[in-house]
Amino acid sequence: MLKYLFAKNEDIPEGSSAVYWGFSSIVWFVIGTGLGSFNAAKLAFPDFVTGNEFFAFGHMRQVHVHAVIFGWISMAFGMAMMYITPALGNTKLWSEKLGLWNATLWNVGLSLGLVLLWAGVSSGREYSDFPWVIDLYIALFMAVPLCINVWMTVINRRTQGIYTTNWFFASAVFMVAIVFLTGNLPEFFHLTGLTEAYLTWWFAHNVLGLWITPVAAAIAYYTIPKVTGNPLYSHRIGHLHFWSVVVFYSTPAAHHLMSAPLPEWLKSFASVEGVLILVPAIAFVSNILLTMTGKWHMFVENLEIRFTITGVLMAIPLNMQGGFQQTRAINWYIHGTGWIVAHAHLALLGFSTFLEAAAVYLGLQMILKRKLYSLTLGNIHFWLLLIGFTTYWVSMTIAGLIQGAGKIYEVPYIDVVIAEHPYMIARWLGGTMVFTGNVLWLYNMWMTARQGTVIPVGRMPHELAYER
Amino acid sequence: MAFREYKIGARMFGLALGGSMCITLLLPAFDFASVSSTDVALDKAFTAGHETAFNLEDPFLLGWNKPLKITLKADPKTGQPMAAKEVYVYQTGTTFPAGILHPRILGKGVEELSVQQGKIGEAQKGAGAVFALAKGSFQGAEISYVENLTATKGWTPAVVMSVAKDEDVSHAGAGKTMFVREGCWWCHTLLPEQTQDWQVFGAPPMLGDFNGESPTAFGSDRKAPDLLHVGSRNSSREWMMLHFFNPRLVQPHSIMPRFDYLWGDKDASGQKIDFDKWRAEYIQYRDGARVTPPEVPAYSKNSEIRYLIDYMMSLK
Ligand code: HEC
Ligand code: HEM
Repeated sequence: MLKYLFAKNEDIPEGSSAVYWGFSSIVWFVIGTGLGSFNAAKLAFPDFVTGNEFFAFGHMRQVHVHAVIFGWISMAFGMAMMYITPALGNTKLWSEKLGLWNATLWNVGLSLGLVLLWAGVSSGREYSDFPWVIDLYIALFMAVPLCINVWMTVINRRTQGIYTTNWFFASAVFMVAIVFLTGNLPEFFHLTGLTEAYLTWWFAHNVLGLWITPVAAAIAYYTIPKVTGNPLYSHRIGHLHFWSVVVFYSTPAAHHLMSAPLPEWLKSFASVEGVLILVPAIAFVSNILLTMTGKWHMFVENLEIRFTITGVLMAIPLNMQGGFQQTRAINWYIHGTGWIVAHAHLALLGFSTFLEAAAVYLGLQMILKRKLYSLTLGNIHFWLLLIGFTTYWVSMTIAGLIQGAGKIYEVPYIDVVIAEHPYMIARWLGGTMVFTGNVLWLYNMWMTARQGTVIPVGRMPHELAYER
Repeated sequence: MAFREYKIGARMFGLALGGSMCITLLLPAFDFASVSSTDVALDKAFTAGHETAFNLEDPFLLGWNKPLKITLKADPKTGQPMAAKEVYVYQTGTTFPAGILHPRILGKGVEELSVQQGKIGEAQKGAGAVFALAKGSFQGAEISYVENLTATKGWTPAVVMSVAKDEDVSHAGAGKTMFVREGCWWCHTLLPEQTQDWQVFGAPPMLGDFNGESPTAFGSDRKAPDLLHVGSRNSSREWMMLHFFNPRLVQPHSIMPRFDYLWGDKDASGQKIDFDKWRAEYIQYRDGARVTPPEVPAYSKNSEIRYLIDYMMSLK
């Protein structure tokens, strides 16, 4: 891939950048979940690798979080945009060369940022932990080039309308740049106090709400119709989904600070808007599930569909939790407990990751024109992810409920720590399954690129039978 | 083919996102700007100095560019004993906190008194300054404001430092840097909740308790006790020392990491600390092969752990 960085744009084979983004994302997925599993081990066995600041929990936690969000999830998004945006516009990617450079800049910037975080060089703000120099780099050299490439491809499309997926892609790449520049204002201009605290969560909320959730959903709007051959159930419901994301998802930032001394009107407003997030959620889930009509056998037979639909089904409990856990009636109980960690992983490792994994599986096979090397490995990957994640989610939810009870019944803290211990071990085992699955996935995709059966021109990967 | 057919959509999008940002950013900003500093906020902001996380004056979070908090027991000019008074010493070149650089951050009342009576406008970074809280009245109410003692009494940083003994010096500002760098806030919060929580962890903070603080480092994920008032629950430096070196010495079930690396190479008497030996002996103790745990080395007075413990003690 790197040899194309200095080639002429016309000489770069179509899809090169998507492949580069795709493989980068899988590598980050392996690294990120490996770090996650290491952290989990530390919370279960605090003296596992000790006495060195680089392996201290406080130095490693944020490296895990940023490796999975900005390495795995965001680069998988980049991959999806590189091949889906042009496909839906019946055109080529505006610039393969920009795409390749963008991915390179992304890998370099992210590595640099993670090393800094690892060393403890942090802004002290959750989710916007990167020092402001890195934040600026992310906005200008990671988000803006992606934005330009997607927008130019959409503008130069050869179709009359713009399909749902591309509305989401185009608006999300734009919004993520805005969110990065606005959310980090406290660091750029040294804003302090409650403004800083609030903007921290404004950033965190919107990076999830205007980047991760809509782009993941947009991917499903492509993969399901493409692989099943069914048209999207309803374009109108797609509209409802899109507009309610922009209006309802961008407003409830303050619900992350329900127990902090913010103005009461702001908390109440955020809480109501937070329940309204159920509108885009229900629109999305119903639209996708209804698109499956008549093709449910593919849920069993086809790997990409299985991943996507599992992710979409997980969006149901995810949004039910999300909508209600932020109301005052419930938030006081579970705030700050493992329940929230379970919820965060339901969103990112459950819902979002499953959709992106499908996009990467599908995209790499389509671009490389090679059938997946091994279905068996694919199946093992799927089940390790699903069982591992479920173990994680169940154990952390229970741990969270224990913590919540401890909190309101004023149980001495150490007893809560003791009671949580078995669940910490279970979480570590679950997370390690996910990590193992990803190592297999990397191998499987590598072998696909080298030895997968060549797909004849004009055929889709799912039209060929699996061989191994 | 361009965007012609999406003109309305594009405008609606701008309106929706712009409207959302107005409600969620602009309106709260007005609210936050109208909040005046409480005593808690003034104390926190002047103890911690300008910025505690990554900044160009302390890029590696080593606790540079931080003020000292001194408990004065004698008048620095005359040397006469006096009632203990806490002052914040900003030595030459130390960046002043946001409230000095932009007094409106102090909030209504505090700003006016600090500028007019406290002479904070005369503080100069090149010369350094000594600040303290003072009481004054504004529109009939008694409030605290910031006094620049260098301007009002001629107490320069050098003079104040010359009468301060080491036990009167608190490095809580640098200690907060350690708190941010070491990620204590991934397990501990600095925010007792407005639920029953406060009966164990102390009063939840108020709206005006944060002016000028950066970062606030509330923490969102609590795997351990809230620390906002830990200094009033537990003010034993010895306990803290044992607990940071290895939490399992005082709390066998703790999942807190060891922070022995904050001791640096040398202990209080300048001897090299033999960590390997300590760990080996600790394992013997843990496995029952030794009756007593190995002795925890006393920390030197300029070690990072001293800063951190000073910070814990400041969380009243
Ligand atoms: C992996 C999570 C974790 C990290 C990181 C962590 N702690 Fe702890 N801490 C705990 C737990 C659990 C307890 C309660 C058990 C105990 O006393 O050790 C605790 C207890 C404490 C206590 C005693 C609280 C009380 O109520 O008496 C203090 C003080 C403390 N920690 C300070 C710190 C500081 C400072 C840091 C950062 C340098 C830190 N902790 C990092 C988990 C953590
Ligand atoms: C793509 C997959 C993953 C994503 C996107 C992800 C994302 C995140 C996020 C956002 C957090 C912060 C949660 C919060 O503050 O509430 C987090 C924390 C964490 N994750 Fe993951 N994660 C993933 C996989 C894993 C795996 C496989 C493990 C292995 C066990 C793991 C272990 C952890 C641990 C231990 C924490 C710290 C939780 C705590 O502080 O209590 N994660 N992760």
